[in-house]
Amino acid sequence: MIKDVLIGLWEASGFHALFLDDGTFLWQNLVMILVSFVLLYFAIAKKCEPLLLVPIAFGILLANLPGAGLMDDPTGIMDTSNLIAGAHWYDTGVLRLIYAGVKSGLFPCIIFLGIGCMTDFGPLLSNPMSLLLGAAAQLGIYVAFVIAIVLGFAPEEAASIAIIGGADGPTAIFLTGKLAGHLLGPIAVAAYSYMALIPFIQPPIMKALTTEKERKVEMKQLRKVSKIEKIIFPVVVLVICAFILPSVAPLLGFLMLGNLFKECGVVDRLSDTAQNALMNIVTIMLGLTVGATTNGQTFLQWETIKIVILGLLAFCFSTVGGLLLGKLLYLITGGKVNPLIGAAGVSAVPMAARVAQNEGRKYNPKNFLLMHAMGPNVAGVIGSAVAAGFLLAMFGAK
Amino acid sequence: MNFAIDFEAFLSSLPFMGKGMLGIFLVTSVIVLFVNALNNLPEKKEK
Repeated sequence: MIKDVLIGLWEASGFHALFLDDGTFLWQNLVMILVSFVLLYFAIAKKCEPLLLVPIAFGILLANLPGAGLMDDPTGIMDTSNLIAGAHWYDTGVLRLIYAGVKSGLFPCIIFLGIGCMTDFGPLLSNPMSLLLGAAAQLGIYVAFVIAIVLGFAPEEAASIAIIGGADGPTAIFLTGKLAGHLLGPIAVAAYSYMALIPFIQPPIMKALTTEKERKVEMKQLRKVSKIEKIIFPVVVLVICAFILPSVAPLLGFLMLGNLFKECGVVDRLSDTAQNALMNIVTIMLGLTVGATTNGQTFLQWETIKIVILGLLAFCFSTVGGLLLGKLLYLITGGKVNPLIGAAGVSAVPMAARVAQNEGRKYNPKNFLLMHAMGPNVAGVIGSAVAAGFLLAMFGAK
Repeated sequence: MNFAIDFEAFLSSLPFMGKGMLGIFLVTSVIVLFVNALNNLPEKKEK
């Protein structure tokens, strides 16, 4: 009797679940649990992107607890590979249910709503040419796409990996959720890691591609933008982009709705909710479920290393694209544009703009590039959303 | 670990790169034209 109870207890335990029926030991789960501990340490002790890293690390921990089944999908709501006869939707793991918000694109869109509420398009409106820098800084997306194809990834996978170069976490999650959900874990982790590492990745490239004379350029003060311009901008830009490329509408639509909340001045409560409470709630769910996609058996593969390397290449080439157009504008305008602001076109608001500001100040302490760099920086958000829309139109389900 | 390089795939993916960058610059150029038009809006005088 007692023996049966003990055997039942053992068979129901996580220790037993670490071994498959054929005796295979699932060491990968243990490694991922250790990885989650390390990430929690960095998030809490070193304060590295804690708002994202704590939920992501905890999601990794939860998804890799053997036998817990938080990402189980017995009814094939999103994954038909492990169907169990007679199972109901409510037998689905709780994190898998929340994951529906990632797979459907709901969470990235809501995050974009909050980002829209916090974005000031004023610097971009006062210097429209900065939009072109935001476009050029998407170069890395397509370079990484070509390299990923050459390395043998399917086009949908290559497109999802390449979007890391857009330096925009929600966009990367949105596109990967649609095109290659099985790569969501490594792509999201790579995208957010590189965004945090921008102050280390960009400066050497900026220094290599610009001369000291170019880095010292002081740009003239931006003009003041009227309120009516700021109100018209999000509405008309959405209509223009969605008519040219309808697949861009979900991301850009929510971004511009959020921005209209901010600029119109008559829905302050909605703006406040979208950029604070709502965004915080969705950040918890997004972080947890993105972390939960890093199941040990699928995450600890050579493909993950390739994705991490390709993501870094995408980031570097995006920076190169922005800088090269910056240099071209420097030549065309007779030295009135500091090419360093081109590097801010990689999105990652406002970190990339701060890097441009800091690098400019190193060579000219009187220089104040922050507001000039914010133009390409917010243009990069539009640019990466357009690039994602293009890739979705090319490789998404018809 | 497989790092095989497929040269044919490289050639076939180049048009996507061209189309993608062209697409972004096309959309962006239309927005630039629109923003330039916005810049010319008559300013309302403050009281």
